Amino acid sequence: MDKNTATEKNTTIIKNATCTFCGCVCDDMELTVDLDEKCIIKSKNACVLGKAWFSEHSVDESRPVALIDGKEASLEDAIEEAAQILVNARFPIIYGLSDTTSEAQRQAVAMADYLSANIDSTSSVCHGPTGMGLQGVGEPTTTLGEVKNRADMVVYWGCNPTDCHPRLSTHFTVMPKGMYIPNGRKDRTVINVDIRSTSTTNIADLFVQLKPGSDYELLSALRSISRGRRLNPSIEEQTGVPMATIEDVAHRLMSCNYGILFFGMGLTMTRGRHYNTGALHLLAADLNEHTHFVVKPARGHGNVTGADTVMSWQTGYPFGVNFNRGYPRHEPGEFTTTDILVRGEADAACIIASDPIANFARPAIEHLKKIPVISFDPKPTPTSQIARVALTTACYGINVPGTVYRMDDIPIPLRPAFESPFPSDLDILKPLTERIRELKAH
Amino acid sequence: MTETMILVPMRTTKQGTTLNAGKLKDAYKETTSTAEIKQEDMDRLGLKKGDRVRLRVGTHAVVVSCIPRKIKVTDNSSGLIFMPYGPTTSALMVDGDTAGTGMPASKHLVVEIEGPLAPEEDDG
Repeated sequence: MDKNTATEKNTTIIKNATCTFCGCVCDDMELTVDLDEKCIIKSKNACVLGKAWFSEHSVDESRPVALIDGKEASLEDAIEEAAQILVNARFPIIYGLSDTTSEAQRQAVAMADYLSANIDSTSSVCHGPTGMGLQGVGEPTTTLGEVKNRADMVVYWGCNPTDCHPRLSTHFTVMPKGMYIPNGRKDRTVINVDIRSTSTTNIADLFVQLKPGSDYELLSALRSISRGRRLNPSIEEQTGVPMATIEDVAHRLMSCNYGILFFGMGLTMTRGRHYNTGALHLLAADLNEHTHFVVKPARGHGNVTGADTVMSWQTGYPFGVNFNRGYPRHEPGEFTTTDILVRGEADAACIIASDPIANFARPAIEHLKKIPVISFDPKPTPTSQIARVALTTACYGINVPGTVYRMDDIPIPLRPAFESPFPSDLDILKPLTERIRELKAH
Repeated sequence: MTETMILVPMRTTKQGTTLNAGKLKDAYKETTSTAEIKQEDMDRLGLKKGDRVRLRVGTHAVVVSCIPRKIKVTDNSSGLIFMPYGPTTSALMVDGDTAGTGMPASKHLVVEIEGPLAPEEDDG
């Protein structure tokens, strides 16, 4: 940790700190920390979301470390209660994991294994269909560094990074000068494909508006042109995009030197889901007959990529993993959390660094409210409010060291700013797993 | 006036900053309960900025305020309602079917919009 005493206040400056708010995981933050107040008072280089992330994660020492049935409890009692709930459940589920360190994710997978539980990350309601799509057709992949240095064509499809990943364009993909992009923005073409105009449209050279739910058709049309086939004119009616625009886009994609397709929930949360993402990956594969083209999902949470990565190297599958039979099985739709809850199968839930009560479909929420829930979160949330055991945790990246994975699968170390009186997710998961092992042994 | 439209939950910068402050705070609740609608749709429905509208899917409904969409580049988003993800949009995801993927089609919710509501009308 690089520390410099700054002013008469008891402050420290942390250089090259990492922001874990979104999947960009920017690691060039310069944080000014008030050690007495246990808060970050300045976050140089951070975007508007990063500034809010750092400034709003001060430590509230008045909060209890744990609540059991809404009453203050010790950490030891909370761990015991959580262990009893999980061990006595017939179908326990572990869910969340996208806002914690990979070290904690690894421990959570081990806990799921000992419990014969189901484990799933927020990927299943995010880029889960991306994982399904690329498993079927392959992934022409890259790193953000390569994009910065080489990409003269940047396509944002069904995503709005200017709002959701503000530094993606300014730090990595559009604005910076690179090794083969000496003039930065002037050397790049940006195409935005979406059902609506967004703030990302403002930075694009070309905006292609398509009808809601017609992504697969438009992707297929672009693939057809790249393969030298003629389009049926009905494609205009199907997608709402004029034929001339489709042909223009296709020829721009084929004639660039290095292209990147970034995409978001506009493809995964709409009709087609994994067929959409599969078609996007196939478009990139087809375009490699003409030039070099790659694909990257614009990942949301700070370490959701790590959740996929850790689960993959521990179980062989990226999300929706079930240990009921004593070995890992993966089946989206069967072992993904929304489906398990909607079918009313789970009888206990351990929610780590996530808030499904705020984001899941109504039938899933209704079942979650009927079963005992254990929640891990630095802040009170709608999920912690309904939890039988609510644990207050330290914030990863700000208080907790470890590793996170950037959206391009690059592991980034964390440089925490100050210590928290609350335990990290890993600090709780280790003794919780140990207690579960003891209880299972009897 | 009542009309059928498509609700598209989305992410916004304000949603991102307010969720950092806390999901139980008013700022987050307010931004995740504000629907953005194209001005021409608001005019057709007789809506003004800040009016309350009821969004209904089947027997489930929520009441939210509405504002006109602010965009620099003109688009054709008539018939679409945009609202930041959160407990309010989740309350309208009444179908938990994921088509075998784990993912509900949460960015394409067919809703009935009714408004403007009188101040005394309840949230149900």
